[in-house]
Amino acid sequence: MAQKKTGNRSVNSKMSDIRYKVLVGLEIHVHLSTQTKMFCGCELEYGAEGNSRVCPVCLGMPGSLPVMNKQAVEHAILAGLALNCEIAEFTKWDRKSYYYPDLPKNYQISQYDLPLCINGSIEIPLEDGGTKKIRIIRAHLEEDAGKNLHTAGNFSQIDLNRAGASLLEIVTEPDMNTAAEVRSLAVELQRMVRYLGVSHADMQKGHMRFEPNINLIVTKDGTEYKTPIVEVKNLNSFRALERSVDFEIHRQLDEFLETGQVLEMGNKSTRGWDDANQVTFLQREKEEAHDYRYFPDPDLVPVKVTKEWLESIKARLCELPLKRQKRYVSEYGLDDYDAGVLTAEHSTAEYFEDVVAKGAYFKRACNIITQDLLKLANERGSSVADLGIPAIHTAELCKMVEEGIVSATAAAKITTIMSESPDKSPQAIAEEHNLIQKSDAGELEQIVDQVLAENPTAVKDVTSGGKKSKKARGFLLGQVIQKTRGQANPKVASEILTKKLC
Amino acid sequence: MEELSAKELRDKIVAGRISSVEATKAVFERIEKLEPTIGVYISTFEKHALAKAREVDEKIAGGESVGQLAGVPVAIKDVMCINFGATTCASKILENFRAPYNATVVEKLLLADAVIIGKTNMDEFAMGSSTENSGLKRTVNPWDTNRVPGGSSGGSAAAVAGWLCFAALGSDTGGSIRQPASFCSVVGLKPTYGRVSRFGLVAYGSSLDQIGPITHTVADTALMLNVIAGHDPADSTSVEEKTAPVGDFLERLDEPIEKLKIAIVPQFNAGADQQVQKALSEAIEVYKKLGAEIIEVEMPHLDYAIAAYYIIATAEASSNLARYDGVHYGHRTQNPGDYIEVYSKSRAEAFGKEVKRRIMLGTYVLSSGYYDAYYLKALKVRNLIRGDFTKAFEKCNCIVMPVSPTTAFKIGEKVDDPLKMYLSDIYTISANLAGIPGISIPCGFDDSELPIGLQILAPAFDEDKLLRIARMFEKETDWHKRRPAIEV
Amino acid sequence: MAKRIDQAQVRKVAKLSRLELSESEVEEFTGQLSAILDYVEKLNELDTDSIEPLAHCLPINNVFREDCVRESLGTEKTLANAPQRDGEFFKVPKILDDSSGA
Repeated sequence: MAQKKTGNRSVNSKMSDIRYKVLVGLEIHVHLSTQTKMFCGCELEYGAEGNSRVCPVCLGMPGSLPVMNKQAVEHAILAGLALNCEIAEFTKWDRKSYYYPDLPKNYQISQYDLPLCINGSIEIPLEDGGTKKIRIIRAHLEEDAGKNLHTAGNFSQIDLNRAGASLLEIVTEPDMNTAAEVRSLAVELQRMVRYLGVSHADMQKGHMRFEPNINLIVTKDGTEYKTPIVEVKNLNSFRALERSVDFEIHRQLDEFLETGQVLEMGNKSTRGWDDANQVTFLQREKEEAHDYRYFPDPDLVPVKVTKEWLESIKARLCELPLKRQKRYVSEYGLDDYDAGVLTAEHSTAEYFEDVVAKGAYFKRACNIITQDLLKLANERGSSVADLGIPAIHTAELCKMVEEGIVSATAAAKITTIMSESPDKSPQAIAEEHNLIQKSDAGELEQIVDQVLAENPTAVKDVTSGGKKSKKARGFLLGQVIQKTRGQANPKVASEILTKKLC
Repeated sequence: MEELSAKELRDKIVAGRISSVEATKAVFERIEKLEPTIGVYISTFEKHALAKAREVDEKIAGGESVGQLAGVPVAIKDVMCINFGATTCASKILENFRAPYNATVVEKLLLADAVIIGKTNMDEFAMGSSTENSGLKRTVNPWDTNRVPGGSSGGSAAAVAGWLCFAALGSDTGGSIRQPASFCSVVGLKPTYGRVSRFGLVAYGSSLDQIGPITHTVADTALMLNVIAGHDPADSTSVEEKTAPVGDFLERLDEPIEKLKIAIVPQFNAGADQQVQKALSEAIEVYKKLGAEIIEVEMPHLDYAIAAYYIIATAEASSNLARYDGVHYGHRTQNPGDYIEVYSKSRAEAFGKEVKRRIMLGTYVLSSGYYDAYYLKALKVRNLIRGDFTKAFEKCNCIVMPVSPTTAFKIGEKVDDPLKMYLSDIYTISANLAGIPGISIPCGFDDSELPIGLQILAPAFDEDKLLRIARMFEKETDWHKRRPAIEV
Repeated sequence: MAKRIDQAQVRKVAKLSRLELSESEVEEFTGQLSAILDYVEKLNELDTDSIEPLAHCLPINNVFREDCVRESLGTEKTLANAPQRDGEFFKVPKILDDSSGA
């Protein structure tokens, strides 16, 4: 039916000319990486015993009162700055009322009409290497609810360990037009908040939750129709996000073609994602306008973001991941994919720059890091920076490879040993393990002579220049390398071979 | 011992002339005799109290220093959390609730070596002006057992008046300390909003609630304020030391205010009963004799205070009481059909009518479509009311007015007409809206021998002057020395 | 005289407040709430167009705490007042509709 590309799509229908455009806005909840909750000093600990990280405040006991976590506010401001938002000079807290067992006070402390951050944007990378700007409507702070655990029996269990955790809610304009773009935004946001150090954004631990709002603008026989908006609730993986958006697009088109229903006031509906069956399903028909009865929280005083405070937070802004990635492409001539790999984690990018600063040629450093070090890191479930290999050693290794002292293959072996013995220099390791390439022309020449003498047929094949010439030449070079137990510098050996064979 | 004020008792205990154990035992004997009639306590802690009393006596005997309230038996309105007993808010929904922590003020009392006798009765969740809305028991006025003690801190006021403790804590959201104090002929202070920590005070109207002392004398009030006032990092709405330094309110208490300027609002006072107005005039004469200048001011927006209050307070209450849902603590209905019924049945079964009314009113004024017309409007009127006070205080040191339009009314008289009950808060409510401190001190009795209170209001954080102004009157009169003859 | 709030609205508000009211309560409250709402209409006598709403009386802003861990109550104390519990959890009748409010 539809091709997976951006922009307008068309559909072949018997009677009408149908084109459609997809509009997706995303609401993202990000768990901030503070030690304690938003309004109390309970520690946030993933996997703790049920209800063991709860106090009178987050339990909503009578008489308890909230007190703001300064770090959470600063994290939120930092994220807002990174998202190019205007940071409100004056912001306040509001109560959002609804009844649910995981919400102990039966209201959530959030921000309604004066959010901390507004009118920002974020650049997302597109598959074709370009970027696209997605507008951010707002970002505000709120407290999280606890967890309902559904059991086999006719009851539910409630765990309030997470109740009160600090959340940053980010809302975008419906600027995304494909499921891939939605995913790209989610991934880029994850990268960004990790870079800034405001969230660990560990999907496994539910640190990011997504709620896409999707609808279509269908042009049928020249007239435009908008399908009703659907919100898909509580997605917590990139996969579920992309697939649910994709599914919705097709479902909405089908539904529109069948029923002709269009967007009206109040006909927004809510759907959930059934991962087992890979479908969205209806949760709430007409958005029974949840009357949240927002009003200013009388237990909390407002926040005034002074110029000095804002400046001190601005100073913590680092180069953002996408910008860094593009810089590696333009400055170092790395290809976009490799640049993306290097900048996937802040610490890896820092390590790369450190290695380059210590004299390594950037392309070589990129190769060694993205291939050898990253492979090791993945095997060990660690990051490149946490392998413990001092940057100076990696830089030295890069130089050794550049100068032909060791082969690229040998470099892989050396990195493994370096990670186990961080105090040993690559030079020392190479010597210890006989990995130094033989590049001495004189020595190699003798070996080449030997090989040529032992393989007259092959020599003939090469010099005769026929079909077998290339293969024979490769065979001869291989023999040289073998005779040196892999230590011959292939470049030098090849040069000598060429000289001798001409 | 019945003649002693809290301060006098404390001084005697520290001097070794009376033991705290003696005083505490005497209180419990009196409780045994009078409680069946007056009914001020929802719970008492005889063991805990005697243990503390003993501890204090031992410290004194050993020459150790002890706190400002050493050995003094005090009572606490059952709206403040304690970890050594229940906190019920006089509601069935919290009848068996035991908090795992002490309210900050309770901690302060304990640190000051007070002996906590028990938790006093109140209107359920502090919603009421007579204590008749209690879901757990009935309290009567020691001066006339057919009449209400006032509310919502009726239990605390009656306990002090009836010498069932030497001092008590109450809470005031719309007059709930001052009005019962005036009905029971004791001193009741609502401090400036933010003076005293609300941590551990079960919230009703969060931007209006304050904890305050109820005592026999102004000096006792100063003493209690010394102990309970102060910044609390656990309460975001409690002011910092530098904004409102807590000195020693006793230090200059007997120093009168030179060139005292007192404002009165004649049109406003006209709404009170004849005898209340008469007592007020006579009180003004006392101040005149002391050299005070009396000026008249207009405060045109005070008439709107009740309307603004019952929107703001109920809005906040509807939200504050949402947590009572039978899920995490408190009463749960026996056989809920589904989890929604856990809420709606538990709350319906355990909340009293007044609480339900206010929750619904609050929900209504915050609901979509009504927020601007009611809640937002009320907040604007609040600003106007505060403006009236600001303007008035430019011309005077304090404002004097009645506490209540009437003296203690008969039990059952107003309970069926909520609006009528609300209208009786007319004189006390604006101080909560404006956040300023107010005190009620005994200033006379009516023809039925029922107490009348004088209300003095001062600018925010001016408790020092307020108490001194109150003391000036107290020195010249002896209304506060009268004792009720309790019919047992 | 038309009631300022009618029974249908009272029922709606009771539902929003999670209060199951009896028929007689609905009737009684409708009358009482109407009277109260009639009374508060008084506020419309005042022109407040140019007045700012006063939500807080306090002259304070920016009250924070540091991001330092404080001791939690622990599971037992947390569940001590629970009407029903299941091991380390609070227990409620099964929540079927997963329509959390947020």
